[in-house]
Amino acid sequence: MGTAPFFLYAFLFLLLPAGQVTVGAFENQKGDFTFHNIAQLFHQPNRHYFENSIEISLVTAILGGILGLVIAYAAIREGTPRWVRSTLTTFSGVAANFAGVPLAFAFVATLGVLGVVTAFLKNQLGIDLYGPGIGFSLFTKTGVEIVYLYFQIPLMILVIAPAIDGLKREWREAASSLGASAFQFWWHVGIRILMPSLLGAIVLLFGNAFSAYATAYALTGGGVGLVPVVIGFYLNGNVLSDPHLGQALAFGMFVVLAAMMLIYVPLQRISSRWQR
Amino acid sequence: MEDYQEQEYEFLRRLDEERLDRRKLLKRGLAAGAGLTILSLPEAALAARAKALANPPLHGKDMTLADLVKAAKKEGKLNVIALPHDWANYGEIISTFKKKYGLAMDEANPQGSSSEENQAIRSLKGDSRAPDVVDDSPAFAIAGANEGLFAKYFNTKFKTIPRSMKDGRGFWVGDYWGAISFGVNTAVVQNVPKTWADLMKPDYRNKVALNGSPLTSGSAVAGVFAAALANGGSISNVEPGIEFFAKLKQVGNFIPIQANPQTIASGQTPIVIDWDYLNLAYIKEFPSAKIKVVVPSSGAYGAYYCQAINADAPHPFAARLWQEFLYSDQGQLLWLKGGSHPALFNDLAKRKVIPKALLAALPSASSYANVKFAGPSQQTKAKALIASEWPTKVGS
Repeated sequence: MGTAPFFLYAFLFLLLPAGQVTVGAFENQKGDFTFHNIAQLFHQPNRHYFENSIEISLVTAILGGILGLVIAYAAIREGTPRWVRSTLTTFSGVAANFAGVPLAFAFVATLGVLGVVTAFLKNQLGIDLYGPGIGFSLFTKTGVEIVYLYFQIPLMILVIAPAIDGLKREWREAASSLGASAFQFWWHVGIRILMPSLLGAIVLLFGNAFSAYATAYALTGGGVGLVPVVIGFYLNGNVLSDPHLGQALAFGMFVVLAAMMLIYVPLQRISSRWQR
Repeated sequence: MEDYQEQEYEFLRRLDEERLDRRKLLKRGLAAGAGLTILSLPEAALAARAKALANPPLHGKDMTLADLVKAAKKEGKLNVIALPHDWANYGEIISTFKKKYGLAMDEANPQGSSSEENQAIRSLKGDSRAPDVVDDSPAFAIAGANEGLFAKYFNTKFKTIPRSMKDGRGFWVGDYWGAISFGVNTAVVQNVPKTWADLMKPDYRNKVALNGSPLTSGSAVAGVFAAALANGGSISNVEPGIEFFAKLKQVGNFIPIQANPQTIASGQTPIVIDWDYLNLAYIKEFPSAKIKVVVPSSGAYGAYYCQAINADAPHPFAARLWQEFLYSDQGQLLWLKGGSHPALFNDLAKRKVIPKALLAALPSASSYANVKFAGPSQQTKAKALIASEWPTKVGS
């Protein structure tokens, strides 16, 4: 009985809306059943939007995962002063939630065409980021990835810190007293212990990037076609108005996330075999 | 389709005249029989008048302005939607209307899109918060009229509005139009581009922006239309416009940032392809940016917006008063002051009621000589092509 509120909540805010989106994805404007919207997902430009979204999510999840793990380990391991860790977790708590329009603005103000950093590099060091030589632009896929990493890395730090705490000092000492090198310790012990949490965290980061809307929209105004941004276009744009295709795109997102889980669950099981 | 509408319009116009004639005849008949009916006449006339006042009029001249104002005042309020104050001088139009008639105005969702305006009529049906009037793009005005969202109303200036800019059935009337222009921040770019070809120059690296993505913004679609017109395309073929932006991106001049007042003021988007009335408004708003507005002579593309009244308007008389105000000389000149060309611009010019200073603030009339408008079917075709090609060719 105690779980009743949870199920009610899940029903009202997860299952009901998801069900409506799924039903809408298979309807045309008149409300008749159709596969047309779903078929559209496999054609350009919709396929392109999914490729973009998956690519950006994978890159930022994996890169953010690795960087976050390394930073978290460096801050938590023996020998690092205690205050480093508390400062890092406080900062991460803030930065992981710093997204959307303010984050986009912050990056535009620093790395944009007229950003402070861009101007400094250009005027003081003679490096023209946006010039023909480097050709960098914040308003491209790479730019979006850089901006996403800003919240992905701190999120990784927060999520992985408890797992790093679980790495007991004794194991390391035991390994080295048996003559293991640092690499051997990490390869045979460290990574294997961390793997289940690492996989879980990367899946979380993937979902986090995959569903992000406001940041990319505020940054590029839709110049980089991502699925959530395009769903917005289909629902309330002046130009493309096709709510059912929007719902089909949302349904496609469910499928991608479900596929992620299908890969994740068996991997998780294999990697956590040693725990049983 | 258009011929059909023309015919219908002619028919309605004749019907209108006929009705007037019949009324005149009736009056004459009444005058002849005055001796007999003199006792019953005032009562009948009063009843007819009361009946006419109870229902909102179909024609502007069915009711005197004084009666309309009185009825609107009784309602006390007007609900509008999606009217940004820095768009086409709506800020001043709204405050003038409020002051002139002493009505309160409820302004919902100022940044809303046409689709959201129609959606508000649908979803707030019967609600006192529903918008009384909408300012839609033509595609949504036509769709809304066919869906039965709007009330018919022939305002007193209906006949003066150019034919290509109104619905013959009276569901909507074109209100103002603009043409695509370059808004140039001369604090950043000293050499002002004059033509579409100029935009390709290496001086303008990372400097040219649209007002949003043409996948969501009507003004950006218009930018593509205009580029198409300048590069061998036509209003029924926008492919060259898409190719133009693809090339502009390839040479590194196009930046996919959505231009807005902040990016324009800061110089982040030094050259903005947008409606002339929006760019002109920035001149006053950001004097330090020293904005110059150019309407490129090759590739002049224009579009108009449409006024329509909600069929279930919570304040039907105030809604009609709003339309009468907008089409009065005062309302029309307020739009012109915002840099947009009101629907009755040619009529105003003919009657010489436009102040000289107002005309001088606009780009020269000759730039607008070849301005072209796209019809709904051309719009649909262009949008479909943009939707399928833009994301891969120009987006990333």
